Amino acid sequence: MTRSAFWQGYRDCTPFIAVVIPFSLLFGVVARDAGLDILQVMAMSVLVIAGASQFTALALLQEHAPVFIALTAALAVNLRMALYSAALVPHVGHAKLGVRALMAYLMVDQAYAVAVKTYEERPGMSREERVAYYFGVMALICPFWYGCTLLGALIGTAIPASLHLDFAAPVCFIAITAPLLRSLPHMLAAAVSVVCAILFAGFPAGLGLIAAALVAMLVGAQAELALRRRAARRASGGSA
Amino acid sequence: MIDDATFWTLTVLLGIGTFLIRFSFLGFFGRKQLPAWFILHLKYVGVGVLPAMVTPLVLWPQATGGETEPARIIAALVTFLVALRLSVTGALVAGMGTLYLMQALF
Repeated sequence: MTRSAFWQGYRDCTPFIAVVIPFSLLFGVVARDAGLDILQVMAMSVLVIAGASQFTALALLQEHAPVFIALTAALAVNLRMALYSAALVPHVGHAKLGVRALMAYLMVDQAYAVAVKTYEERPGMSREERVAYYFGVMALICPFWYGCTLLGALIGTAIPASLHLDFAAPVCFIAITAPLLRSLPHMLAAAVSVVCAILFAGFPAGLGLIAAALVAMLVGAQAELALRRRAARRASGGSA
Repeated sequence: MIDDATFWTLTVLLGIGTFLIRFSFLGFFGRKQLPAWFILHLKYVGVGVLPAMVTPLVLWPQATGGETEPARIIAALVTFLVALRLSVTGALVAGMGTLYLMQALF
């Protein structure tokens, strides 16, 4: 059973290869442009495995920002993953410590979004199946992330800028968000998230994102509670 | 140029820091029962985080030096509609395709 869950995860993640490829290629190209050697480019992708923060750190280093500043900004960009980490607890928190550590290393936006969506849609999955599914998802993404970073670093500027590979990132995030909008509170939270991202645009990198996410989560949760209260009132009103 | 010492200090610390962020709840609270109000809020992590990540990438892309480009906004909307109605793969193709088309036309 766990084997089929693993392959299910693997298959469910195949569409995202289409964006992991350009995004990691782009990182390889940009990092070589910044003057890193191949070993450095690969070390960064393997040790950090979080594209958005790698771009942030690299851009700040190129501008000769102090290491402390570049590090803080890049970590702020990754702070959202603490929320993913918490959201995975009810589903896979039972796993052994070593397994959870490996899951933590592999935790990227796509893994979180695809796995949690499946867990919520299929509450019948066993604990082992959920763990296997998660690794299935990342078994596909991770090698492509490493491989295409390397490819990008090797072929470098042969990739024309007119391909706008940077746009693959927002396109990917939009494609993983749309299926998550399955109830009114979810839609409301997403709308609040967009509005807050614009309002908080002046915040330091990453912090506006966290602030917007927290406000949106609060609104989503409160909307769900309000809908539940209304349904309860209707039910009791109907029986009276 | 980025000097070697600076690069390696940053990369190693960023790797450790990012791992600790990812490990945080799953690692330290994995086997604890989280309070119900907390779990209720966690249901909205995805819709809270992802749109806020997308918005600045679409409105003020680094590739244009932060300049707003109608082509990117339209391409983002097309991606969203296709993702809602059709499929993830369709959305990815439609999103990049719309951007290329808009830039070829204007």
